[in-house]
Amino acid sequence: MHYFANPARFTRLAGIIQPWAGALAAILLVVGLYLALVVVPADYQQGDTVRIMFVHVPSAWMAMFCYSFLAVASAIALIWKHPLADLAAKASAPIGAGFTFLALVTGSIWGKPMWGTWWVWDARLTSVLILFFLYLGYMALWQSIEDGQKAAKAAAVLALVGAINVPIIKFSVDWWNTLHQPASVLRMDGPAIHPSMLWPLLIMALAFKAYFVALLMARMRMELNLRRIRALRLAERTS
Amino acid sequence: MKPFLAVIARDLRLAVRQGGATFLALVFFLLTVTLFPLGIGPEPALLARVAPGVLWVAALLAAMLSLDRLFQADFEDGSLEQLTLSGLPLGGIVLAKIVAHWLTTGLPLLLAAPILAVLLNMNSEGFAALLLSMAIGTPALSLIGAIGAALTLTVRRGGVLLSLLVLPLYIPVLIFGVAAIDAAVHGLNAKPHVLLLAALTLAAVPLCPWAAAAAVKLSLE
Repeated sequence: MHYFANPARFTRLAGIIQPWAGALAAILLVVGLYLALVVVPADYQQGDTVRIMFVHVPSAWMAMFCYSFLAVASAIALIWKHPLADLAAKASAPIGAGFTFLALVTGSIWGKPMWGTWWVWDARLTSVLILFFLYLGYMALWQSIEDGQKAAKAAAVLALVGAINVPIIKFSVDWWNTLHQPASVLRMDGPAIHPSMLWPLLIMALAFKAYFVALLMARMRMELNLRRIRALRLAERTS
Repeated sequence: MKPFLAVIARDLRLAVRQGGATFLALVFFLLTVTLFPLGIGPEPALLARVAPGVLWVAALLAAMLSLDRLFQADFEDGSLEQLTLSGLPLGGIVLAKIVAHWLTTGLPLLLAAPILAVLLNMNSEGFAALLLSMAIGTPALSLIGAIGAALTLTVRRGGVLLSLLVLPLYIPVLIFGVAAIDAAVHGLNAKPHVLLLAALTLAAVPLCPWAAAAAVKLSLE
């Protein structure tokens, strides 16, 4: 792992990964969207609105994946002081927030025709909304501490505290919801998903993941370049 | 143990000598609760229905607003740095300050809550659960809040940021606190909720001072 602690070495590697991941994401997205929007038959109950699920479900998966990634990267940054782990955590936060937002918006658009309302205080919706706030808090903390090193450590502490809390929040929200409206009709676990729908879903999920990798590499390279510019400017001023 | 108690005693003395500022959180609590009947209408049945939630939300906000007192003044005049020389581990100092914070904000909120519950026409069966859930839950507010207060120490005008960091983490306390009172009001067993709340607080006792101390250390570097 420490082999890539060298920024120049990492930048080279990231430069190689990024276009491949980007191309993979593009191909999978085209195939997945074609399958999801054209090939897959409309659901016998939900009609064409079921197609929103092919964007919604992968976004929700990615929302959780990004937070786990962020927490693990933060732990690595705090424990082993790996110089790139901070960058990885910082770079993944806006991507995760974007996916969370996408999951909330697409869920809302799906909910209007299906449930008859844009929003319900369902346990899942509520916990995803809270996850979105956790992302925002994390990004806000990064921005408001000027000293980069301190900001990195403070944000890492917050990410870990958040990671411990995510399961607690999820559990308490589930509990809270079942208290107030038991046997809700809004449960998502209908019949098991048919293979004709499962394949496009998995392809879309892979496309999202490849997109995440491409974007992460781009953001990390950008961050490294920004650092280099700052160092060069500082050297110029002092000389 | 002696330095630990000394830090608590010092913070309490400071709070008492500052006088009015200490009770601002309490005044905020009273005011916020007063706003609700004005906002949603004075029907006694409606107020009784929302009373547990209103009391807990108002207590949560009052506790959050008083968090900047936890470390800020000591950090600015350098006494926080001096305290780290006392030989007491930083986590211990943080815990002592959290205890003092709870004694000056959590405890007054706890004592004022039943009076406000009467004003909101809450069912009298919920009073024991209200006191119990507040007594168990408000320490968790001080403990979790300390992390946010420590993280925003070096941030200028960190108030809004503090709320963004802390409020999502307060949600479980709110849920179980309100659930305990609701259960008691409806004649159900409040014990599971109170026990879960106690579990939250007990888990926070070792973890939160640790995390808050790590954050305080950052700003002292």
